[in-house]
Order: sequence, then structure tokens, then C-alpha cells
Amino acid sequence: MKAAVSLIVVLALVVLAYLGTGLGQAGFIFGIVLPYLALAVFLVGFVSRVLGWARSPVPFRIPTTCGQQKSLRWIKHDRLENPFTAWQVIGRMLLEVLFFRSLFRNTRMEMHQGKMTHGPSKWLWLGAIVFHYSMLVVLLRHLRLFTEPVPFFVGWIEAADGFLQIGVPVLYLTSLGLLAGLGYLLLRRLFIAQVRYISLLNDYFPLWLLLGIGSTGFLLRHFVKTDLVSIKSLTLGLISFSPQLPEGVHWLFYAHLLLVCTLFAYFPFSKLMHLGGVFLSPTRNLASNNRAVRHVNPWDYPVKVHTYEEYEDDFRDKMVAAGIPVEKQPQPAAAAEKE
Amino acid sequence: MHDSGKIIGGLVIFVAGLTFPFWFTLAAGQADYRPDPERPTGQKHCVEDTAYMKAWHMDLLDHWRDEVVRNGQRVYLPDKRWPCSRDEDCTGGFCQQGICRYDMSLTNNCLECHRSRARFCDRCHDYLEVKPYCWDCHLAPEEE
Ligand code: HEC
Ligand code: HEC
Ligand code: HEC
Repeated sequence: MKAAVSLIVVLALVVLAYLGTGLGQAGFIFGIVLPYLALAVFLVGFVSRVLGWARSPVPFRIPTTCGQQKSLRWIKHDRLENPFTAWQVIGRMLLEVLFFRSLFRNTRMEMHQGKMTHGPSKWLWLGAIVFHYSMLVVLLRHLRLFTEPVPFFVGWIEAADGFLQIGVPVLYLTSLGLLAGLGYLLLRRLFIAQVRYISLLNDYFPLWLLLGIGSTGFLLRHFVKTDLVSIKSLTLGLISFSPQLPEGVHWLFYAHLLLVCTLFAYFPFSKLMHLGGVFLSPTRNLASNNRAVRHVNPWDYPVKVHTYEEYEDDFRDKMVAAGIPVEKQPQPAAAAEKE
Repeated sequence: MHDSGKIIGGLVIFVAGLTFPFWFTLAAGQADYRPDPERPTGQKHCVEDTAYMKAWHMDLLDHWRDEVVRNGQRVYLPDKRWPCSRDEDCTGGFCQQGICRYDMSLTNNCLECHRSRARFCDRCHDYLEVKPYCWDCHLAPEEE
């Protein structure tokens, strides 16, 4: 149901683009107004979400038991899983951001011959890594439409990505990787009962949206071609703030663009904010040095304390009289009396 | 611990990266550049409609390649029937029964009319960072 609703929303967006630019003449709205609007919402939304997070104090370190904490010299310290210094933290963050270390820890529980067993489960990690890296490459490849001159590395990426030279124009491996990764991430939500149970509308919607973007993009490259020179004149116009609408561009391009605008505008309000959030996870980005460094809670207010020494000073005579041992003996006074 | 310094630094890097196309293109000062593929002199039309050629020429070439290499077919009858009276009306092909037919060949057809690869094909391709590998084997006629 939730999956169906979010699919319908994405399809409705495609139909909207068709009505607007295939039948109607609303290219100005779909090609110029919405892209600017979406980018503005994205930038303002993203920055204010992150600043909001930055405002919440994180006074204490949260050691997670992924590896041996730094301890005595003869106990082997796991530097990357339980970092102690800033560089080690950077190492752990790189593992997390570049290789999805935490997802790699994923395990599954299963009944095996009547016993509960835990085993590694790497499919989620694989699907995620394939999708994310494909997405990165696809984004970088799109720079050819958004820059003039095109930076040198875009050509390198294209050459590496299309090295199988299948078809004309060549098929890029990351086009397939993107769709396959997303497909897996969607299917696991649909077919694994436990995962389906915890899946929400805002889990399905980004997946369908990204699948919509990927498949319209794939169609535009290989099956529903339209003049790319005109399209680049539109994008460069947007970039240089002197937009001009080219003629004769296929409506499917506007559908692709509308889905991308939706993604941008939706991004700051969605789980996709893990793009920024991963850098701010306190269990990952703080050195686990609680045993060596005292972390003082910044919002502690001054508490009025009465120490044991002061207590003893108040009641020393009575304590001695009652036979309670005291730390500081009432010696000097007694000695003076004897003299 | 707020670490606002680091977080704001990270945000600045993120926004700078995201807006890379804007400042890069503006700094290079070529945002209003549009490629100007040289129009052939003398000929009035392409093999197919111009709009079709702009978007689909690579598929036409792919189709031709298969026809020639796999099926041994070398003559192409365009969907668009270009009228002609003699062979000279159909550069890169010939005139038969008043309609142009073309030689399915990269060098002997396209580059017969579009004489310069550099001033025609490459102008568009450079603009969009397209690097067809065809030229690894196929030759463009010597540039004048
Ligand atoms: C109007 C601009 C324009 C002109 C002129 C032009 N091309 Fe292209 N060509 C393109 C674009 C744009 C693409 C890329 C399409 C894509 O990436 O989806 C392309 C792609 C190609 C491809 C497929 C490349 C790949 O990625 O595998 C071939 C082959 C090709 N062109 C051949 C030619 C030849 C040969 C000529 C000259 C006779 C020529 N083109 C002239 C715009 C042009
Ligand atoms: C008979 C001569 C002739 C042949 C052969 C020919 N062309 Fe053309 N082509 C033209 C002419 C003339 C134009 C300009 C048409 C116009 O302006 O409407 C043109 C336009 C084009 C365009 C659009 C350029 C632009 O300004 O956007 C492309 C792309 C193109 N040709 C590619 C090819 C390819 C690829 C081949 C080989 C398959 C080819 N042409 C073969 C004459 C030819
Ligand atoms: C590995 C070398 C090689 C590459 C790369 C290559 N071709 Fe070819 N091509 C050939 C050979 C060999 C023939 C056969 C020539 C013949 O029989 O006349 C041929 C024939 C063709 C033909 C028909 C005959 C002719 O004279 O043109 C076309 C059209 C063609 N290729 C297009 C392409 C296109 C488009 C590309 C790039 C996407 C390409 N080729 C890349 C080697 C290559």
C-alpha cells in the first residue's frame, strides 16, 4: 500500500510533466522556474538542517564496542574501530563514508536446526555500495551538461564507465549499477517480511523517485533521444542566470527534470539527509577517550556541595565522643589541655 | 562540544562543491558558447530530416554498420524521399528513379558532405564531451 502510493505519486509527476510540456506549453515553468525553486529549497533546507544539528551540544563520547578500546600498553588497541586520536577518528569516518563500515556489520538471525544462529549478511551492503557509487559517477558524468568547458576528468570517467563499448551511444556500467542497486533496495523492502513491516512511505518514495530519475535518464540516452545541444543550452542558461528555453525538446526530458527537482526539494526534509548526517554521527566522529580525558558537561550549573572534610569539621567532637573513627584526629586541642 | 567551526567548514565545502558548475562556468566565461557545426556548402539536405539527424545520427550510423558488416547491404534508402534528377544531387550516394539513395558509409557518406570532421562532428562532440571511438579505425579525409 505505502509502496503503491509512493509509486503513484512518482507516476503522477511524470504525467504532470507530459501534460505541461507534451500537450501544454508550460516549458517555462518546468524548465526554468521549478529548477531554480528546487535548488533554492535544497540549499536553504540543507544548510538549516545541518546548522540545527550543529546547535545541539554533544558533551560526552559514546564508545561503541566494535573494537578494543585503548587501555594498558600490552592490550592491543583497535585503532580504527575504537579510535583514540583525531587521526584515528578520521580513519573511522573514512571507513564509514567511503566503505559503509557499519552496514558491513549487518547480521541476520535465523533458526537453524532448532537453534538461533547469527550469520553475516552482506547483500544490503552490496546493494547500497553499488547504488551509491553509481549515483556518484552518474552525477559527475552529468557535469558535461552543466559546465563549459567540460572539466578534464569527465572524459576520463566516461571512458572508464563505457569501456565495454556496447552499443552506440555506449552503454555505461553505472547506468545499470544505479538501476540494479535501487532495484535491490526496493525489492528487499517489498519481499522481506520484517523489512516490509518497518518500511514507511518515506522509505519507498525516495526509492521510486530515484528509480524514476534513473529510468527516464536511461530512456533519454538510449531510446527517446532528443537534441542534446538544445538541452545544454538550457542548462548553461540556468547556470549563468540568463535562462532561455530551447524548442523541440522531448517532454520526457521535462519529466526527468521534474523528478530531479522533486528530489532536490524533498531532500532536506527526508531521510536522504543522511548525506550530511553521516558526518555528524556522534558514535562515529568522536574519539573514544573517556578513560584518559575528562569531559565536562557544558550545561552543568554550579551545585552547592558539602564535602566530607567539612562534615567532619562540623561534627568531629561528637563523632569522637560516639567512638566513630575520624580522619583528622582532634589531637592538637587535647595536647594543649594537658600542658 | 559543538564543533561548530568544523561543521560550518564542512557546509562551506559542500555548498562550494554543489555550486561547482556555476562558479566554474562563470569563471571560464563561456556560458553563452554554443557550438556552430559548419553547414555543408552546396548541399541542401542531410540524409534524413535535420531534427532527426541532430538526435539520432549515432543510431543511423550504428544501423548502417550492422547492415554493411553483418548483412552486406551498402545502399540506404532514406525514410525521407529526397527528389533528384542526377547523381550530383545526392552527394555520398546516387540518384535512382528520381529518389536519392545513399552509400552506408561513415567516410564516404557523412564526410563527403560534412568535409571537415573537426569543424563539424567535433564541434558538437567537444561541447558535450562525446568521444566516439569510431575514429580509432575510421578515417576522416585529410583536412585541407
Ligand atoms: C548537432 C551536434 C552534432 C553533430 C554535428 C554531430 N554529432 Fe555526433 N553526437 C552528438 C551528440 C549530442 C551525441 C551524444 C548523444 C548522447 O550522449 O546521448 C553524439 C554522439 C555520437 C556518436 C555516439 C558516441 C558514443 O557515445 O558512443 C557517434 C558515433 C556520433 N555522434 C557520430 C557523429 C559523426 C560521425 C558526426 C559527423 C559526421 C557527428 N556525430 C556530428 C551531436 C552531434
Ligand atoms: C548529402 C549531403 C549530406 C550527407 C551525405 C550527410 N549530411 Fe548531415 N547535413 C547535411 C546538410 C546540408 C545539413 C544541414 C541541414 C539543415 O541545415 O537543415 C546537415 C545536417 C546534419 C546534422 C545537424 C547539424 C546541426 O546543425 O545541428 C547532423 C548531426 C548531421 N548532418 C550528421 C550527419 C551524419 C552523421 C551523416 C552520415 C550518416 C551525414 N550528416 C550525412 C548534408 C549531408
Ligand atoms: C575496430 C575498428 C573499428 C571501430 C572502432 C569502428 N569500426 Fe566501423 N568498421 C570497421 C570495419 C573493419 C568496417 C568494414 C569496412 C567495410 O566493409 O567497408 C566498418 C564498417 C563500418 C560502416 C559501414 C562501412 C563504411 O564504409 O563506413 C559504418 C557505417 C561503420 N563502420 C560505423 C562505425 C561507427 C559509427 C563506429 C563508432 C561507434 C565504428 N564504426 C567503429 C571497423 C571499425
